[in-house]
Amino acid sequence: MSTLIQVAYLISSILFILGIKKLGKTKSAREGNLYSAVGMLIAIAATLYTVNILSFVEIFICILIGGAIGLYVSQKVEMTKIPEMVALFNGFGGLASFSVALSDYFLKTQEISTYPDSVNSVSIIVSVLIGGVTFTGSMIAFMKLDGKISGSPITFKGQHPINLILLIAFIIAGVLTFMNPGDPIFMIALIVISLLLGILTVIPIGGADMPVVISLLNSYSGMAACATGFILNNNVLIVAGSLVGASGIILTQIMCKAMNRSLTNVLLGGFGQTVSGPAADGPQIVVKEIGVEETAMLFDSASSVIVVPGYGMAVAQAQHVIRELMEQCEKRNIDFKFAIHPVAGRMPGHMNVLLAEANISYDKLIEMEAINDEFPNTDLVFVVGANDVVNPAARTNPQSPIYGMPILNADKAKTVIVSKRSMGKGYAGIENELFGYPNCLMLFGDAKQTITKVVSEMKEM
Amino acid sequence: MNADSLIILIYILVLASYLGFELINKVPPTLHTPLMSGSNAISGITIVGALIACNELGYGTLSKWLGMLALILATINVVGGYAVTDRMLKMFKKK
Repeated sequence: MSTLIQVAYLISSILFILGIKKLGKTKSAREGNLYSAVGMLIAIAATLYTVNILSFVEIFICILIGGAIGLYVSQKVEMTKIPEMVALFNGFGGLASFSVALSDYFLKTQEISTYPDSVNSVSIIVSVLIGGVTFTGSMIAFMKLDGKISGSPITFKGQHPINLILLIAFIIAGVLTFMNPGDPIFMIALIVISLLLGILTVIPIGGADMPVVISLLNSYSGMAACATGFILNNNVLIVAGSLVGASGIILTQIMCKAMNRSLTNVLLGGFGQTVSGPAADGPQIVVKEIGVEETAMLFDSASSVIVVPGYGMAVAQAQHVIRELMEQCEKRNIDFKFAIHPVAGRMPGHMNVLLAEANISYDKLIEMEAINDEFPNTDLVFVVGANDVVNPAARTNPQSPIYGMPILNADKAKTVIVSKRSMGKGYAGIENELFGYPNCLMLFGDAKQTITKVVSEMKEM
Repeated sequence: MNADSLIILIYILVLASYLGFELINKVPPTLHTPLMSGSNAISGITIVGALIACNELGYGTLSKWLGMLALILATINVVGGYAVTDRMLKMFKKK
């Protein structure tokens, strides 16, 4: 490889690193994204310049197709659907690395019949495994998020032994491929096993755990790129791949911590299934309802309000009308803030994006640790489409499956109003004690419709 | 590949991962979603591998077709990832 291309790759690696660094601050984040995009452009241009382009037409057409699809999706996707899009793109990244690895394998063994050396073989095998698992795993995650298949955990007898057997089979087939690189039969076995493993490891994981799964698959897609870097002896692939791998791992850890679960516990799956029995036997919770007018009056007389948004807000598309509610409150000099739980929504930071889209200033969005002490001094907490993240059982009931999970102390406020479609349970499938508390009032109905009515009541006051 | 160049690649892997952990630990939760879609775009770096893989003459080989598939997918990731991240970050405003 010429020095020129090495220098170009070095520059793009630096731009990726600077880009991620700048992405860490809200003010410079957009610039950081641009840095990283320029880094990518340099890497592409350098690659095109150095390889003697033999097939300009195909390369041009593929880039045109991919670019058009990417641009279309990125402009059309709704902010509520970002988790689905990220899951899909993780899968594409995995499949791309998977294909590059296989392309290299078939080129070496079938066309030029120079067997890949040992480092090369191992890298190809690892790349096929990670790429394949990322691809099918992400497709399942996408279908679960999109409601194409049930979001609840799919479990069956012998699930874990099957996964273990598949993993062992992969190792055996891997060793055989390593010893007979020329025989595609073993490679085909590797392909099939890795694709199956991706499906089987994600189907038992429930909808509430999706933030963890997406973060983990994000990490895998980076690792897959990294493994491809080892096949092609390419530094920039390794640098960029490990940055993404590290980022995904950190987000995975944050999500697990926010749910008080270990990664193993999440991956083994089935959470929220076994708990329905004992929870249903508990005392029936008696709730108090509140109407739209009284809600408006409570807002009007409060001097401080904290909104706790959850995925239900996204489903009801209520974020814009909540901004109107905020404007009404601010007109009355009411202190108005949002409390964001780390696992609110279906991916890390999902609520922040939705509220930003609704034109709500990001300094109004307060993290859990920073806001939890403020609840006792708050007049009114408005819970919109959130459930488990405000369930006091996490603090008080050692029998509860969510016991120990850090929650927002909404129950400590003077009054809590919960906007909810019906008395259904949260994603974890458990009763919420908060709803029966004396200071808690239920505002039933579609969040967008009821809040719109509250806002118009307030306008008339 | 000889042992020396493998060691260098492992050096790069270890140091870049460490750097990644240090950098991303500091990203505030507000930016986690853009961070994820942005890293989606970065993982599209496989596009470099795809370009090399699809650069063959003729259409008779499996490896060429796999390379073309990889190129389309990686381009979707790169273009879509950067564009959607920019679209999101544009919305983050402080008043």
